[in-house]
Amino acid sequence: MRIGVITFPGSLDDVDAARAVRLAGAEPVALWHGDHDLKDVDAVVLPGGFSYGDYLRAGAIAARSPLMADVVAAAHGGLPVLGICNGFQVLCEAGLLPGALTRNSHLHFRNRDQGLLVERADTAWTTSFQQGQQIVVPVKNGEGRYVAADADLDRLEGEGRVVVRYVGGNPNGSSRDIAGVTSADGRVVGLMPHPEHAVEALTGPSVDGLGFFTSVLTAMVAA
Amino acid sequence: MTSTPHAADGPADAAVRSMPDLDTVERAARTPDTAQPFAELGLKDDEYASIRDILGRRPTTAELAMYSVMWSEHCSYKSSKVHLRRFGDLPKSDALLVGMGENAGVVDVGEGYAVTFKVESHNHPSYVEPYQGAATGVGGIVRDILTMGARPIAVMDSLRFGAADAPDTARVLPGVVAGVGGYGNCLGLPNIGGELLFDETYAGNPLVNALCVGVLRHEELQLAKAEGVGNKVVLFGARTGGDGIGGVSVLASETFDAEGPAKRPAVQVGDPFTEKLLIEACLEIFAAGLVTGIQDLGGAGISCATSELAAAGSGGMAIDLDAVPLRDSTLTPAEILMSESQERMCAIVEPGKVEAFLAVCAKWDVLATVIGEVTDGERLTIDWHGERIVDVPPRTVALEGPRYERPMARPADLDALQADAPPSSSTDLRADWLAIVSSPDGADKSWVTEQYDRYVRGNTVLAQPEDSGVLRIDESSNLGIALSLDGNARFARLDPYTGAQLNLAEAYRNVAVSGAKPLAVTNCLNFGSPENPEVMWQFAEAVRGLADGCRELGLPVTGGNVSLYNQTGDVAINPTPVIGVLGVHADVTRRVPTGWRAAEESVLLLGESRAEFGGSAWAAVVHGHLGGLPPRLDLVAERSLGELLAGLSADGLVSSAHDLADGGLAQALTESALRYGTGARLSVPGDPTAALFGESVARVVVTTTDPAAVRAAAEAAGVPVTELGTTGGDALVLDGLLELPLDELRAAWTATLPALFGSPEVAVGTVPVGTVPTS
Repeated sequence: MRIGVITFPGSLDDVDAARAVRLAGAEPVALWHGDHDLKDVDAVVLPGGFSYGDYLRAGAIAARSPLMADVVAAAHGGLPVLGICNGFQVLCEAGLLPGALTRNSHLHFRNRDQGLLVERADTAWTTSFQQGQQIVVPVKNGEGRYVAADADLDRLEGEGRVVVRYVGGNPNGSSRDIAGVTSADGRVVGLMPHPEHAVEALTGPSVDGLGFFTSVLTAMVAA
Repeated sequence: MTSTPHAADGPADAAVRSMPDLDTVERAARTPDTAQPFAELGLKDDEYASIRDILGRRPTTAELAMYSVMWSEHCSYKSSKVHLRRFGDLPKSDALLVGMGENAGVVDVGEGYAVTFKVESHNHPSYVEPYQGAATGVGGIVRDILTMGARPIAVMDSLRFGAADAPDTARVLPGVVAGVGGYGNCLGLPNIGGELLFDETYAGNPLVNALCVGVLRHEELQLAKAEGVGNKVVLFGARTGGDGIGGVSVLASETFDAEGPAKRPAVQVGDPFTEKLLIEACLEIFAAGLVTGIQDLGGAGISCATSELAAAGSGGMAIDLDAVPLRDSTLTPAEILMSESQERMCAIVEPGKVEAFLAVCAKWDVLATVIGEVTDGERLTIDWHGERIVDVPPRTVALEGPRYERPMARPADLDALQADAPPSSSTDLRADWLAIVSSPDGADKSWVTEQYDRYVRGNTVLAQPEDSGVLRIDESSNLGIALSLDGNARFARLDPYTGAQLNLAEAYRNVAVSGAKPLAVTNCLNFGSPENPEVMWQFAEAVRGLADGCRELGLPVTGGNVSLYNQTGDVAINPTPVIGVLGVHADVTRRVPTGWRAAEESVLLLGESRAEFGGSAWAAVVHGHLGGLPPRLDLVAERSLGELLAGLSADGLVSSAHDLADGGLAQALTESALRYGTGARLSVPGDPTAALFGESVARVVVTTTDPAAVRAAAEAAGVPVTELGTTGGDALVLDGLLELPLDELRAAWTATLPALFGSPEVAVGTVPVGTVPTS
């Protein structure tokens, strides 16, 4: 199992995502934003960070990088794609996920250990969880407030496309406490929280984050 | 993306005609009597005279600019150098690979790894422009670490502001915190700890001290020198703009004048995205062996980098200033030389490697430009439009600046201050306890630390609010390091010699509490004006104390930073020697946290408690009192305690350990209990005020499931042990004295900073607990 981790200029959590992939039992493959080469990986992770310094809009410039054209095409073909934080922002800017991530309502960057409720345990990235399971994963962002038009939010909830919601407090003012959403086919997932920071008891608040990475191995076997 | 040096268009005389005001070397020699604005640039009469002596003529405008910034207090350490020699006189340490004088000291931590760390001030810019001042403070210290060949792996920040409820604190603090976070977060460096303290003496003079730590393999070490005639000088990173011109001489080296003009343009503007690219490009360049020397551009910009590189090498250097990429084409040559535009580096590259060097920079979208070369002369020359505007011996700029033995005098008020003993008995222990933990100094710092990323890079083992920051260095061996920054200024005000040592002792203890072996020391010495003999005495005493303390503990000083002129008008800050201690963890999985997780564990106090209230948080918060003598220093006891803690950690005998410092036992118990919401029932022997609020040093509270083993180890180490009680329940109960439900305690502890600086929308609760394997 080979899982690609894309490095954009300003990506920061690429080393963390690669470590999480390795701890989940897969082989991390470094992908470079400027190449048109997905290196035949079985899934792709867009890591957190500040690609292009968040200039223009968070994720906006990275979404136009050469490799993203390949990611979009492959995602339409069913390739599992996980965007974390800045990666989620890139996926929204690239049109793979609905909605947008905007400045936190309190205007501060916020890093804390965050409770999450798993609402969908059947996407490519969440089968290791039980529906309704509560987990703890760090959240850290300055522009993590998920927004969409009310009608779109109604539709997303109606279609069951909210993957995880914040519990025990909403860290950034996200609409309806939404922490992550998925594509219609459940193969592309965007998360504001950082599961790659909760993969080892030594360094994380929990090891709950590992489940996202082990899930995709199951999804690939099933596919 | 790249360019090479080019000659001025047309013959030289045409260039001169187009720039009739250009002050060339030739013209300076011809016009010795031209009046020069040296005083406005911060140079004194005798300093200007000595520049004329060195050059045998008057300096050109560009040369005057260079000397003025390089001879500023900030760059030249002219008032402090004679005292800092004491650190160099300490016994040699085998652990020290690179000592003072380079950009940062480098320490051997074993397994072929080395660690470089340093703390630096950005006090004055942060007062003028809080966000950018603090942000570029982080950026600057990160480049110092990078310059040594290391990958920066974490930052810390030690912050001090005026009274917490003062209107100006509300202006400065949020910007400083956002700046530290904004820059460090965007660079991908976890912030693993620091300090946040308040005192009226910092009103108008906040302290923003930033630490960076980096890791490298021994063979990856880089040095800042220009060797090899014909090697190219490459400037890379951001373009040079008009920001920060004269920052070091104007801001860092002069006292703020309440009536003075706004100094905003002298503060630099940071771009952390460019710095992140610069880090990745540099590490790739180092790995490919493409540089022979490297220097970052910080204070004094190109003046500093070129003169320091040339002065440290064996030859000279020729620079073509026209090649420097500019943001603003109207900058004069002197402004280009003085500009402190951020995110720039200067490398010495062999001609055959220039192409590969430029290719790495292009990959990371980093602008790189050859601006000159190493020459066989002994002069640093700089040309502009084909005319020579600088021709100086580089050592006279970089190394041989003025040096002062400033007059010193013991502060006239010190005897009275020391004779003014603090109160020693509490009339309401419960109220005093709550007052201390809800005071701005004692209160929960989540309002600040939640603005910092502590997780990035995935190696943060402990971070704030723990006693020290702990990082894993190697994932296979679990080698790690611990770092703490401490600077109690009240103690230093009462006795700067002992105060500096007490700060060293606290940082040492904080590192030891985590189970690490303390290895090396850095420092950031923040004081008032050196032209005030009483301040100079405080400074000299603090340096003497720190040097003596390091000798006693067997630790080398690896480098540091001096920040003087921290005063507004005649009012100097309390002397604030901030001391950083680095420790090493052979197995970082053995780290000991501060919080109590489990009930039914024994709570033990290690060390001896005395009725010591001089400079204590209790005296300050409850009585508004600062006087008497600081606690008695006992470095032998600190050392025994440190060795005991390392042993307890290695043997897995303690489940938590928390250092006792500001606020004494009351503060420590509060923090340990609230960390995971576990209370305790305890009884304290002796006088309750001394037991709860005294600040005797060399003390730590530990919890254990095996009190007999801890007691035996402590007795073997000669460390006194007091059994206090047992963890459990939802309150801190001190038998016969008071009872504090954790909910009430938490409310008091967490409310203060949000109330002062803006409320978070979600109440801070107990840390949520996810799935953690028990192994």
